[in-house]
Amino acid sequence: MVKNKKNALNNPHAGHGVLVNADYVLSSEVISYPLTQMDISPHSDGAVVVVLAEEETAKALTDKPIWIRGIGWCSDTPGLETRNWGEAIYAQMAAEMAYKMAGIRYPRKEIDFAEINDEFSYKELQHLEAMRICKKGEAGPLTEIGGTEITGEFPVNTSGGCLGVGNLYELNGGHKVLEVVRQLRGEAGKNQLNNVTTGLAQSWRGVPTTTGTVVILSN
Amino acid sequence: MRRVAIVGAGITKFYRNVQETPKELAFEATKMALDSCEMKLSDIECVVHGTAPDAFDGIHMKGEYLSDGSGAYRKPYMRHYVGGGTGVLSPIHGWFHVASGMFDTCLVVAEEKMSSAYPHPAGAFLTIFDHTTEQPLYPTLIWIFAIEMNRFMSTHGYKKEDIALVAVKNKGNALDHPSAQLGAKITVKDVLDSEIMAWPVNRLDISPTSDGAACIVLAAEHVARRVTEKPIWIDGVGWALDTAYWCTRDLYYPDYVEVASRQAYKMAGIKEPSKEIHIAEPYDPFTYKELHHIEGLGLCKRGGSVQMLLDGVTQRTGNLPCCPSGGALGVGNPIAATGLMKIIEIFLQLKGEAGKRQVPGRPTCGLAQAWGDLMQVGSVVVMRS
Repeated sequence: MVKNKKNALNNPHAGHGVLVNADYVLSSEVISYPLTQMDISPHSDGAVVVVLAEEETAKALTDKPIWIRGIGWCSDTPGLETRNWGEAIYAQMAAEMAYKMAGIRYPRKEIDFAEINDEFSYKELQHLEAMRICKKGEAGPLTEIGGTEITGEFPVNTSGGCLGVGNLYELNGGHKVLEVVRQLRGEAGKNQLNNVTTGLAQSWRGVPTTTGTVVILSN
Repeated sequence: MRRVAIVGAGITKFYRNVQETPKELAFEATKMALDSCEMKLSDIECVVHGTAPDAFDGIHMKGEYLSDGSGAYRKPYMRHYVGGGTGVLSPIHGWFHVASGMFDTCLVVAEEKMSSAYPHPAGAFLTIFDHTTEQPLYPTLIWIFAIEMNRFMSTHGYKKEDIALVAVKNKGNALDHPSAQLGAKITVKDVLDSEIMAWPVNRLDISPTSDGAACIVLAAEHVARRVTEKPIWIDGVGWALDTAYWCTRDLYYPDYVEVASRQAYKMAGIKEPSKEIHIAEPYDPFTYKELHHIEGLGLCKRGGSVQMLLDGVTQRTGNLPCCPSGGALGVGNPIAATGLMKIIEIFLQLKGEAGKRQVPGRPTCGLAQAWGDLMQVGSVVVMRS
């Protein structure tokens, strides 16, 4: 939460950037324990458009085409009573489908950065583990030592994520794809990462669903 | 792109106030489709779902709710929605999945349970129009279709008693359809004597409120050849949007259908649709719409559809049978499932398995078409045996 709200300060599209610390999050109003007000992404309005083109057309249209290397999507059960709330199986299955298509075996090594669904703060960690970017139980400690900061080993949500940009519902995945494209094109402004070639965007359909999508892009 | 075939189909009975939940309807159709081609859910790689406004079933994001009933548990699953055009866009959506090479098999499911919306599902349409220019006029669908029907009639000089023959034909055809809700032997006089809803639209000019589901199984060529001896190929697909501001276009002609059908004909290599298409299922939620769409599909020249009807060309025994199933007017109109019902009718007719409804002459090329959203979406699929 602290990281994403900070990253959002440098994203001109983000409406909810702010500099706070973990104590501030913990002391904000408890909405439904353990979620506090600050753990929940605020509603936002917006629109994103991407233009797709087949290879020859793309090369004629732009010097910096960004290639779609892998896509994956999956729905787990819609039943609230029967699902496994501890794991994000939809994200795991969607990611494996995309990895297979992109020929990726070791996502942590072969992907440089990711935009991960963080409609609620814990979701970023849950999704990172489901997609094998972190081992189970590793996402928390990695975040604590700054491993997912812009300067970290595996930057996550450089855009500010849903927590910083706002919860755009159906468009959450759209703004994540936009950020990955901007990073790969070197157009991410103050949050620009150095030498990145492959990025991953992941989204989730939100409560109460278990539907997730993953796109892997390369420059 | 790869060739894609329909290899199986299932359809529930259509009627009002079914006891089954929407999920059970979807399950029933899905199971029937899989059983019809002796496939199991584990043979299916992905699922697409078409279903119209959430307000009908009374469940927000109902695509999610319906996912496991449609066999999509832990599978790649997508829902789409273009109102009444949904049922024929669904197989197009599924076609992409298989034609692209991403998947070898795909379930296409369409479901609608309209009677959950009280007092009448038409209420769900009160909020679909532009909030500034149109909603203040309190438009209802029948009101708008009355304007369109009037324009269509006055442009071509069509008479109400001629258009009423569409209801006579389709409700009669539906008598032979096991899923039909409103199969009946009626006369032109019955149509003209039925209650006037908004002139020139009478009650029997309109399709009913229905609940139901339909499902087809799509397969890539190498799978289709293994599964069935008679795959039916999807040879052309087309879809198009006109403007949503229906006040700004001339309602006498459906441009959205013409653009969509030209795309489908080009893909299928069809140059003279009126000769090369042997059988058609144009979308007929209102009597005049069948004629309107026949003209838009290029199956006759503009202003020629009533003559075709009077000459018996569109009867089951005619040269170009239209709505041999009984259409939305006869079988019923559970919005998204209606379009897929039309696809299934062409599938069965081309296979020669339409039973009592089978048209003579061994048709080898047919099309299904639907229309919807804010009256501006057209979707067309051309199929060959």
